Amino acid sequence: MELVNFGNKDTRSGFGEGLRRLGAINPQVVALCADLTGSLKMDAFEKAHPERFFQIGIAEANMIGIAAGMTVGGKIPVTGTFANFSTSRVYDQIRQSIAYSQKNVKICASHAGLTLGEDGATHQVLEDIGMMRMLPNMTVVVPADYQQTLQATLAIADWQGPVYLRFGRPSVPIFTQEDASFTIGKADVLKEGTDVTIIACGHMVWKSLEAAQMLNRLGIQAEVINMHTIKPLDAESILKSVMKTKCVVTAEEHMRNGGLGDAVAQVLSTQFPVPHAYVAVNDMFGESGTPDELMKKYGLEKENIVQSVQSVLQRKKRGLECRKFCSCFECG
Amino acid sequence: MEHLVQLASQVRRDIVRMVHAVSSGHPGGSLGCADFFVFMYFERMICNPSDFSMDGADEDVFYLSNGHISPVWYSVLARKGFFEVAELATFRKISSRLQGHPSVDKKLPGIRVASGSLGQGLSVAIGTALAKKMNQDPRWVYCLMGDGEIQEGQVWEAAMYAGNKGVDNLVGIIDANNRQIDGDVSQVMGVMPLEEKWKAFGWEVFSMDGHDFSSMRSIMQQIDQHQGNGKPKMIVMRTEMGQGVDFMMGTHKWHGSAPNDEQLSRALSQLKETQGDY
Repeated sequence: MELVNFGNKDTRSGFGEGLRRLGAINPQVVALCADLTGSLKMDAFEKAHPERFFQIGIAEANMIGIAAGMTVGGKIPVTGTFANFSTSRVYDQIRQSIAYSQKNVKICASHAGLTLGEDGATHQVLEDIGMMRMLPNMTVVVPADYQQTLQATLAIADWQGPVYLRFGRPSVPIFTQEDASFTIGKADVLKEGTDVTIIACGHMVWKSLEAAQMLNRLGIQAEVINMHTIKPLDAESILKSVMKTKCVVTAEEHMRNGGLGDAVAQVLSTQFPVPHAYVAVNDMFGESGTPDELMKKYGLEKENIVQSVQSVLQRKKRGLECRKFCSCFECG
Repeated sequence: MEHLVQLASQVRRDIVRMVHAVSSGHPGGSLGCADFFVFMYFERMICNPSDFSMDGADEDVFYLSNGHISPVWYSVLARKGFFEVAELATFRKISSRLQGHPSVDKKLPGIRVASGSLGQGLSVAIGTALAKKMNQDPRWVYCLMGDGEIQEGQVWEAAMYAGNKGVDNLVGIIDANNRQIDGDVSQVMGVMPLEEKWKAFGWEVFSMDGHDFSSMRSIMQQIDQHQGNGKPKMIVMRTEMGQGVDFMMGTHKWHGSAPNDEQLSRALSQLKETQGDY
């Protein structure tokens, strides 16, 4: 199996390019930023459409409210700041003024997760996917690379209702082709396999592909699914794959509580229980360090995915053996 | 102006009957703002009750940030024709469109954003005011807040934005009754001096008697004359919590308490039925 990297780029730049293109094609799109225009790569939109760009200052709660109000008047507001300040800082504002009020606001969040790096735990939100998928009416999208973030940015403008779009700071491989299709709520099966299903989002998708390559050398055929939409979750794709592989590893740059893993676990436990292991941060805050150092220290590397796959394969094997001899309630 | 007085009396009857029926709700601030709501919906604002549109294009848009005084808003919306007056009987009951605090998910005409968690409305109003400017829509955007509510920090983020960016099609109104749940605003967490604070944030500030229709008319005329002058407008509206029901006035105790049967009778005896009870 060959991994194709078209070059490295940050996902936030995919957002910036997507926003720039949206500005040109959709006059209802407006952009709001809380003093992080450069970091969010919103400069191109600001330059091209100054009358549709709103500098709010360091006042995220106000930004969320203004965005909600702009929808009354037909605008499609896109807010931009770091993921931490896009979610936990303004959770009640999002809950009441956007989600409960069913406002067509696109909350776009950069610097998510550990790969924000040296700024440390104050800025490294690892709970945001959980918080946002908890909200009724909210759609949660976590694209995997530059190209997919660009496509996702274009797609959310045509999607009616509140959206949380999560992306990041570091430069990471681009493996999505320019003409690849992107549908909100429809997962991408990037590699087919029969032994185990790896479901990942964001920066962990490329690492999952790398892990699948390592597993291939060990004679293990992994299926890799890019679950770029956490909500609505593509349960059909999950079930189709696990009915074949009978075990799952989820991988996310997020707390294990509440994120992609829990979303998948909910589908599995209620519809098709199989061994499942999480590759995620284990109920702790991050710290300062380079992105690579942090991903290694907190167990978010391809090697961690490989280990987790080996673990679920053992559990699957035990379960199959058990079923041969056992007549307990669980094994039937 | 007599018809406004008559309407306000009926609205006050609606308020006390609504909260009595479910033994919950917020009569004090609702009674205090009854005259203001009647003035806004029956004299001041251009709105379209028979064909409510969320966008509010070419209409004045009103936001109630202190959503707990929903009874007065519901009563006035119904009396204005946004929905049937009979629906007031469903207030706070299961499956009602008249939620305890205003919401949009049940599609009650007249409401454009949920409110109740305090301090959020002014930001939303700014957003709509900016959208109106982009759409070259000349109508006003209004936002009513409580004086206790402005203890919330987000209000001052919004104040700073509107002042700095000259959102001059926005009119904020503070219900200055000096009451909040735990007591007098001045005792719980003083917000004075109101006028100076808003002026310092770049707003044009007006003072208005919230129980005097001629005062309201005069202030709104002044505001019209100042349209497009680059400054957002803030009206400090003096009101009496519980206005119109003697035993509910002069205290914060009726902020969020409903009258019992005997108290309802006493209240209704002071409020003339002018439009027919629902």
